[in-house]
Amino acid sequence: MNRNDFPMLNQDIIYFDNGATTFKPKVVIDSMVDYYSKHSANAHRGDYHISMIVDDKYENTRELVKNFINANSTKEIIFTSGTTDGINMVANGFFKYILNPGDEIILSKADHASNILPWQALANELNLVIKYVDLDDHNYVTVDNIKKVLSPRTKVISLAIITNVIGDLRPIKELCDIAHQNNIYVVGDAAQSVGHRKTDVQALDIDFLAFSGHKMYGPTGVGVLYGKEELLERLRPTSLGGGMNETFDDQNNISLKSLPSRLEAGTPNIAGVIGLGEAIKYLNKIDLNKISEYEHNLREYLIDRLIKIDYIDIINIEGDAATVAFNVDGIFAQDVAVYLDKYNICVRAGNHCTKLLKDVINVRNTVRVSLAFYNTTEEIDTFVDLLSDRDKIIREML
Amino acid sequence: MDEELKRAIILDNYSNPMNKREVNDDSYLKANTNNESCIDNLDIYVKIEDDKIVDICFNGEACAISTSSTSIMIKNLIGKTISEAKEYVNIFEHMVNEEPYDEEKLNDAVVYEDIYKQKNRVKCAFLPYAGIKKIIDNL
Repeated sequence: MNRNDFPMLNQDIIYFDNGATTFKPKVVIDSMVDYYSKHSANAHRGDYHISMIVDDKYENTRELVKNFINANSTKEIIFTSGTTDGINMVANGFFKYILNPGDEIILSKADHASNILPWQALANELNLVIKYVDLDDHNYVTVDNIKKVLSPRTKVISLAIITNVIGDLRPIKELCDIAHQNNIYVVGDAAQSVGHRKTDVQALDIDFLAFSGHKMYGPTGVGVLYGKEELLERLRPTSLGGGMNETFDDQNNISLKSLPSRLEAGTPNIAGVIGLGEAIKYLNKIDLNKISEYEHNLREYLIDRLIKIDYIDIINIEGDAATVAFNVDGIFAQDVAVYLDKYNICVRAGNHCTKLLKDVINVRNTVRVSLAFYNTTEEIDTFVDLLSDRDKIIREML
Repeated sequence: MDEELKRAIILDNYSNPMNKREVNDDSYLKANTNNESCIDNLDIYVKIEDDKIVDICFNGEACAISTSSTSIMIKNLIGKTISEAKEYVNIFEHMVNEEPYDEEKLNDAVVYEDIYKQKNRVKCAFLPYAGIKKIIDNL
């Protein structure tokens, strides 16, 4: 779908690493070039024409994000540098001040480092306990298994909406219901989901949600932290400086602005925010439901073909996202990736930042294919054909 | 060296690497070596007696280039004195960095003479050498 919109696809390349980052449509790139070449001023500062254009574009993206994830108010949309930044802000600006020694955080071993390390560091600092929910036979998180690790000390559940290797869609709505009945907060890592299926924070009733621009066809270095307004009001800025203070004096009296500015210290990534706005407009035009359906069919097609190769071991035959992890028997994942690279096919080999997942699946490294709507069945054919001759892989992998 | 022969040597050392096993013996010095940019991760174990390397083993997960390079390095280093080993490592380092080197002294390790052309593979070939350096440079 829409391949002509992506300048990167003009070259002879098959890009199957969309879980790492997606390509950007020309409209996104152009919007950022426009900012730098036509109205390159700071936001929220000047009283002159081009600065006001920037203000409008910057705040317009906030409105676009609000509608894109169905937040209640633009005050709930904080621009960050990415998912990692958002989760760290929540851990260190909110939970740090409300958790007590012995309190419990529920995580999953299938999650990305960005949704594990901030919590581990906080646990070390405050003497908290991290409990990892058991994964089921398909390495999914289930409501039943979450119930098994709940305790009166549980205060936070932090999970990816969709994981970056297994690709399961977590039952977030049900988890939020259970969590809120027990005064537990739910934090969502939406990095892998937000560009591939519709997100509705109010329907989910999730407390915090973090995501990145660059995995949803937008620029790198920009992301969003969503939080319910009453919670963001209590989130202490982890970064202080310009743009977020109202007044301060030489007696250390500091008065901060209201949301959302209060949580956006310093000159923001203006070009990135403008590009993110364009990416959202672009996705709205195509329709995320269509994207989900198309990507789902692509995944089925890939699985149907891969599963016929007897020396290929697929880690996640089941999966909600268009992500498939596998190994070629007897060949190291990185060697498979190097072999495919010789045919201009980009796949990822490694642990994909899910270093705890090996405890569960007993495989440390895999080859990962992560698809996007601009991928095609023809590309999958080329890819699978290249994997259909094990001797050829061994011959050519060096 | 002929390309087919190089390939055969690399694949042979990858499929049947020399001394790939875990060592639980205090008489061995141990160093971990890993590539920050990729997923290779090896432990190298070295046993030294009277200034001479008498045994080297390794264990871990690594690609065909790293694994074969480790195997070939082990074959070449066992029996060498510390200073001979340092010299060998130095020559190998020169080769993968496209600097002048004495090819006579490298034996089978010359199969990586063109590895500098694949930038992402240089670290793979050098991985075991980075590990052994951690041990012998401190002696």
